[in-house]
Amino acid sequence: MSKWGMIADLGRCVGCQTCTTACKHANGTAPGVQWRRVLDMEVGTFPDVRRVFVPVGCMHCDDPPCASVCPTTATYKRDDGIVHVDYDKCIGCAYCFMACPYDARYKVSQPDWAYGDTATEPEVARLREDMLGVAQKCTFCVDRIDYGTANGLTPGVDPDATPACVNACLSGALQFGDLDDPNSNVSRLLAENESFRMHEELGTGPNIHYLWGRRS
Amino acid sequence: MTSSRVITGLNPPKKHKDAGRRPPWRDQHFRIVPPRPQSGWDMRAAGNFMGGGAGTGVLVAGALAAFLGGPVWLFALAGLALIGAGLFCVWMEIGRPWRAINVFFHPQTSWMTREAIAAMPVFGAGLLAAWTGAPALLALAAALALVFLFCQARILAAAKGIPAWRAAGVVPLIMTTGLAEGAGVVTALAAAVQPAALAATAVLFLALLVARVAAWLGYLGGLRRGAAVPRRALEVLRGANAPFVFLGNALPAALLVLAWLVPQPLPLMAAAGLVGLAAGWVLKARLITRAAFTQGFAIPKAPARGAGTPGPGARPGWED
Repeated sequence: MSKWGMIADLGRCVGCQTCTTACKHANGTAPGVQWRRVLDMEVGTFPDVRRVFVPVGCMHCDDPPCASVCPTTATYKRDDGIVHVDYDKCIGCAYCFMACPYDARYKVSQPDWAYGDTATEPEVARLREDMLGVAQKCTFCVDRIDYGTANGLTPGVDPDATPACVNACLSGALQFGDLDDPNSNVSRLLAENESFRMHEELGTGPNIHYLWGRRS
Repeated sequence: MTSSRVITGLNPPKKHKDAGRRPPWRDQHFRIVPPRPQSGWDMRAAGNFMGGGAGTGVLVAGALAAFLGGPVWLFALAGLALIGAGLFCVWMEIGRPWRAINVFFHPQTSWMTREAIAAMPVFGAGLLAAWTGAPALLALAAALALVFLFCQARILAAAKGIPAWRAAGVVPLIMTTGLAEGAGVVTALAAAVQPAALAATAVLFLALLVARVAAWLGYLGGLRRGAAVPRRALEVLRGANAPFVFLGNALPAALLVLAWLVPQPLPLMAAAGLVGLAAGWVLKARLITRAAFTQGFAIPKAPARGAGTPGPGARPGWED
């Protein structure tokens, strides 16, 4: 069985936010909602100061605290590692927001348009009534992955089976693939580079790995 | 020239409770790196912890008072009303209230499901006690309510994304303050309707005030020692320390002691009870809404760029 995961190479990311835009385009999220976002961090003290761009979002954890606290089982982990939300079951209690250490979840209570009170045609066409009032977050573009695996494509390699943010990344900082396959692109990158996972001390087992240097 | 046509048929969107003001999800601060106040639960959620804790305390202290001749129906209905009001508050907060039955689906791991399940027999036993007037049934309701309150405290402890809630000591704090709040209510009620039970409830209230202060100081001390919460969360909680200890606990304790020395003790005891209740509610409101900072973001290493070398990471908003 595959275990999908993502690599974010901090040495390559330039903070262009193309992944953020691609995610909004692919998923039609409301204003103020960013399933994929890139943080702009200043690290160090003068004179040794660095600027680091850190892509974040749902980490699709091995032991997702959002799923264990969910009173409805709406948030669940699929066999391929993707943490997903059943919008028809979720009651919008926001307990998963409190459980997620990655600030990855959103709730939109009513239709909301980018330009005030008027909706544009694409906004109307892409409005998801079932996502109003419930928890939402990054899905790793699960529809693309499911389409790809059903049609013999390889997620992370074939664009039609790869998350939109990874497809859009102009520097190759974001990579996607099967962490259980030792020959996958992501496994090779992890073998060749030093990496960390965010807030690993909390025991959630996040599946976005951050590369910070070549392995010597 | 824009390529998108304005759709007038959907403008304005259908009437909603948030209509007319800036939608809250527009303020989710998605660029902020340090811990920020959580925006998912507001005073409606805090109301659940206020009502649930105080209601449980009323049932527990009320059971004691009932065995000493107090009116069972009064304590039973007061406790259930508080618990019910708390649950109604949280029902008002959820995004899909007409699906609330789904809350029962996950008893295997969710303390929110367990809280909802635990509430059912509390209402059953409590209503039966009010109907029959049997103190034993009120004691049963009180025991079941303790399970309910424990589940409620564990809801906070299981929230891994909020350091001030997952910290050690939050469960005894929520338990003791809930019981103290309820004992305060029962002391005030006993002062009004059943002076025979007043001495016992006042002693219980005093003991619970001591336990609550001990739990609070233990909780706060643990946060300070272990740097377990973000800097701003600790500032909010430290700011609550003196008012909570002196106004919220020492003052009602002093009023209780003073009441033994004056010829008309009932007003002092009632005041002590209400101050103890208010202090617990203010503390919980602060803990749920103002001290609940998120984890924030951190990187243990900064990357090498070009021919440079990797550097140390950063954990903004936390003590080094």
